[in-house]
Amino acid sequence: MTTLEGTAYDVMQVREDFPILSRRLAGDLPLVYLDSANTSQKPTAVIEALDEHYRLHNANVARAMHQLGAEASAAFEDARTRIAQFIGAPRREEVVFTKNASEALNLVARVLGDAGRVGNGDEIVVTEMEHHSNLVPWQLLAERSGAVLRWFGVTDEGRLDLTNLDSVITDKTRVVSLTWVSNMLGTINPLDVVIARAREVGALVVVDGSQAVPQLPVDLATLGADFVAFTGHKMVGPTGIGVLWGRYDLLAELPPFLGGGEMIETVTMQRSTFAAPPARFEAGTPPIAQAVGLAAAADYLTGLGMANVAAHEQQITAYALAALQQIDGLTIVGPTEPVDRGGAISFTLRDVHPHDVAQLVDSRGVAVRAGHHCAKPAHLRFGVQSTTRASFYLYTTTAEIDALVEALRYTQKYFGA
Amino acid sequence: MSTVNVDAQNMDSLYQEIILDHYKNPHGAGLRDPFEAEVHHVNPTCGDEITLRVHLAGHTVADVSYDAQGCSISQASASVLNDLLVGKTVDDAMTVLDRFQELMQGKGQVEPDEDVLEDGIAFAGVAQFPARVKCALLSWMAFKDAALQANSQEDIS
Repeated sequence: MTTLEGTAYDVMQVREDFPILSRRLAGDLPLVYLDSANTSQKPTAVIEALDEHYRLHNANVARAMHQLGAEASAAFEDARTRIAQFIGAPRREEVVFTKNASEALNLVARVLGDAGRVGNGDEIVVTEMEHHSNLVPWQLLAERSGAVLRWFGVTDEGRLDLTNLDSVITDKTRVVSLTWVSNMLGTINPLDVVIARAREVGALVVVDGSQAVPQLPVDLATLGADFVAFTGHKMVGPTGIGVLWGRYDLLAELPPFLGGGEMIETVTMQRSTFAAPPARFEAGTPPIAQAVGLAAAADYLTGLGMANVAAHEQQITAYALAALQQIDGLTIVGPTEPVDRGGAISFTLRDVHPHDVAQLVDSRGVAVRAGHHCAKPAHLRFGVQSTTRASFYLYTTTAEIDALVEALRYTQKYFGA
Repeated sequence: MSTVNVDAQNMDSLYQEIILDHYKNPHGAGLRDPFEAEVHHVNPTCGDEITLRVHLAGHTVADVSYDAQGCSISQASASVLNDLLVGKTVDDAMTVLDRFQELMQGKGQVEPDEDVLEDGIAFAGVAQFPARVKCALLSWMAFKDAALQANSQEDIS
């Protein structure tokens, strides 16, 4: 097997940490999992953290006055602290646990509207490469508030088109919400440029970090954003938990999102007053075991070193970009150079529909995603209805890229393309 | 533990020769006049789309024309639909549709009737791939919608 130079950890050894990666599929074929931008696989450390929590410490949090309740509460709040450290948050109270990144983004859009931060005639700026979860909530807010939705386009290469930066973000802009790393194109966006312009006009900046937090070193204290959303399951953590990070002073002045248990200060039949952040935004029993699992995931990533994870992602992406471009009839939708680029590569194969590509490569044990990847506008921009997407992570090997290439050639032969 | 059998042999049961033939040379593709009803259906999970027109002459399906974007299964299915339903009465067409739907949703347990479904029996293998059943049914559901609309117009006029 080809080894990648400069990876600071042994990928084959890392793969031992992920039980599912040794699974065999139909026909006794080894699993080649190239769908990590969809969801990542889980290391034993995360599986065991969940298991141990349920076996030994399970109780509800913040309200059970018994020993297990104290243990569960401590584990849940300790998880908050560890996530805050992982993302470089200035304060642990800035970490709000949600169900997923979609809920985190909906939370921000909803409460900014409710707080009157976005109103009639104001402008909201997004981009053409957003995942639906960072587009639809803003469309809904625009409808509710009478605000106008504007967006940055995408260049032919798949980069954010910022040539009209100053005319898209103006004095009317109240919020700019954009993805850090595109889940479809793979593009890593120049957040600093957008954030600097937003600052000039006093607009808030929301960042969808769903693809970025799993694969890049993150330091929110210096990023300059106001809110960052991400999800646990794409960063080797469990499903069912996401994070909204927000600047504390902002969170403190915003109204609640969902009403219910644990988000209140006091309640009468007439009205309620609300808890301070983060509890204000965490109505009901939170994802407790998932928080414990997510903290274990953050520890696992820290153990590998996020700079190393990013370096591996960069190298495996470069290898894949080169290998895929050897295939006649394959067109990459997104940057073809491994510069400012994450590990998701969407492509079309001439005369074979993406569903058929995915089905055929799956019969060879290679798991990829086909469809619009919840980014229909970005597909429309490139004149395609759907694409096939291979996405990589810290455990992906060059041998797996080779297996993908072989499976794609088999697909072409099968369809006589 | 539940696993799915998707090895190479099963690929051939999914992608029957008949399906690949219809995919490469779809019958009746393109949008035509006249028509009494036009519908646009989308498979939201994958984005496959079809615009489909139905032209009735009395109670007979005189034409089904369509413009479809999608995978081999959805394209071939629209082609087979055109073959099977054009020339039938609306009632007979709906019977064929019901049988095709039964076959698709039968999880591989339904024995297809070749006398009714003709080339449609090639889709029996699709029923074993839950993710692809919607692909096969897209054009059929669009037809059902359009035929009902066209038929109700026919009744009014």
